[in-house]
Amino acid sequence: MAKIIVVTSGKGGVGKTTSSAAIGTGLALRGHKTVLVDFDVGLRNLDLIMGCERRVVYDFVNVINGEATLNQALIKDKRIENLFVLAASQTRDKDALTKEGVGKVIEELSKTFEYVICDSPAGIEQGAHMAMYFADEAIVVTNPEVSSVRDSDRMLGLLASKSRRAENGEEPIKERLLLTRYNPERVTKGEMLGVEDVGEILAINLLGVIPESQAVLKASNQGIPVILDEESDAGQAYSDAVDRLLGKDVPHRFLDVQKKGLLQRLFGGKE
Amino acid sequence: MSQADLLDQDPVFQLKGSMLAITVLELAHNDLTRLDQQLAAKVAQAPGFFSNTPLVLALDKLPSGEGSLELAELMTLCRNHGLRTLAIRANREEDIAAAAALDLPVLPPSGARERIIELAPAAAPEKPKEPEFRPSRVITTPIRGGQQIYAAGGDLIVLAPVSAGAELLADGNIHVYAPLRGRALAGVKGNVSARIFCQQMGAELLSIAGHYKVAEDLRREPLWGEPVQVGLTGDVLNITRL
Ligand SMILES: Nc1ncnc2c1ncn2[C@@H]1O[C@H](COP(=O)(O)OP(=O)(O)O)[C@@H](O)[C@H]1O
Ligand SMILES: [Mg+2]
Repeated sequence: MAKIIVVTSGKGGVGKTTSSAAIGTGLALRGHKTVLVDFDVGLRNLDLIMGCERRVVYDFVNVINGEATLNQALIKDKRIENLFVLAASQTRDKDALTKEGVGKVIEELSKTFEYVICDSPAGIEQGAHMAMYFADEAIVVTNPEVSSVRDSDRMLGLLASKSRRAENGEEPIKERLLLTRYNPERVTKGEMLGVEDVGEILAINLLGVIPESQAVLKASNQGIPVILDEESDAGQAYSDAVDRLLGKDVPHRFLDVQKKGLLQRLFGGKE
Repeated sequence: MSQADLLDQDPVFQLKGSMLAITVLELAHNDLTRLDQQLAAKVAQAPGFFSNTPLVLALDKLPSGEGSLELAELMTLCRNHGLRTLAIRANREEDIAAAAALDLPVLPPSGARERIIELAPAAAPEKPKEPEFRPSRVITTPIRGGQQIYAAGGDLIVLAPVSAGAELLADGNIHVYAPLRGRALAGVKGNVSARIFCQQMGAELLSIAGHYKVAEDLRREPLWGEPVQVGLTGDVLNITRL
């Protein structure tokens, strides 16, 4: 049975797409057949981050409308075995994502994939609702600031009440917190919430803390998921998160301010 | 039964027994001149001590043989000092007659009061019996921002955190055995004896029977973040440590 995982947040620009791409890629790297599904109809940037935007012929909405088969629409990753992308439509309306249509596609994907990663749009409207409706697990992407934490909290309420599992009275969606764009220095200065503060407010399992990193922007500009940049702090943090997702007990890193060495202090260090 | 008969039975009023704190002026002597002086002295000590204060004039402790009392004059005297007579308490025939002439109610002598209050509700028409036991609503999962939980007719018990932006409502009490960061409104149908209990008070709003405090005030509370109970005294919300 496939695991349906939604990457969601409520708030926009917190790192959902970045995280979907990194985690999906990490799962495929570890040998699990994975598909990334972009629910952000109208914006479509998962394919950009994955570097496959030039190979999009058919998209998610085409499949829902029966204009293309799933096999026609799935884009195979060039770098990694077992990794596929189902792009969002740039031209269609968000309401094209009907419960019935999405349900059919998810069901079909479940037959051949181990992991279905649903990259949710921002907000709590139709697109976001459809992305989480069929989920077994949720990765709630949150930035260490009050408004993002509030929106995530709200989304957790919807996960617990408006999903298929909730409506059928099944075991609830497994919720995990992914704290992204974490900047320990700013936390120390009191400009951002600390990981303990966010954990206390949201009271869910912590999947990982991804540091604020130049590597993310660099990777997304090149169309390479940041997890493939093994040297980078963000890449390593995502890698740890994937291991935790697979049940490994990995200690959290990048939570504290890095003490800069003398040379680094004199000449300035890379992030 | 006809439609009209049914309408006739629809109660337009309700009788309620109530304990009123009321001033009783117990007259020890039939001496209005001295009474006048002594009342004036009392008012001089504490100006505004009496102002339209409702009063029961107790004449039942007057020693026998002090002669007949000018009730109207006594009432005027009291009124001049800010005391307004609602009724008298008396046992002498002549005093009762004087009160009747002034259309003033007469209460039985001291000691019989308890009986009146017992009698009042008994005189009320019998209401259908309310169910004695109303189950509480119990919530074990976190209540998130944007969610609202209402316990109709009873208590609400929450065993998980209540987030900012969440709202708890109950006709009865509210218990939160976790941090309370949202809004909690107990006694929403007007039950002034409802209370709120929580393990960590970080609420956005606390309300009992419509009397509330908002976060701006709550954050100044020394008990912010502490385990507290919240109750209503008069129309003041009292927050005390649990
Ligand atoms: N850990 C990070 N460090 C620095 N920038 C980041 C990080 N995560 C995301 N970003 C940047 O934040 C922006 C929004 O990210 P994105 O994944 O598109 O968010 P969402 O899908 O939630 O709208 C992008 O410009 C991305 O490069
Ligand atoms: Mg996105």
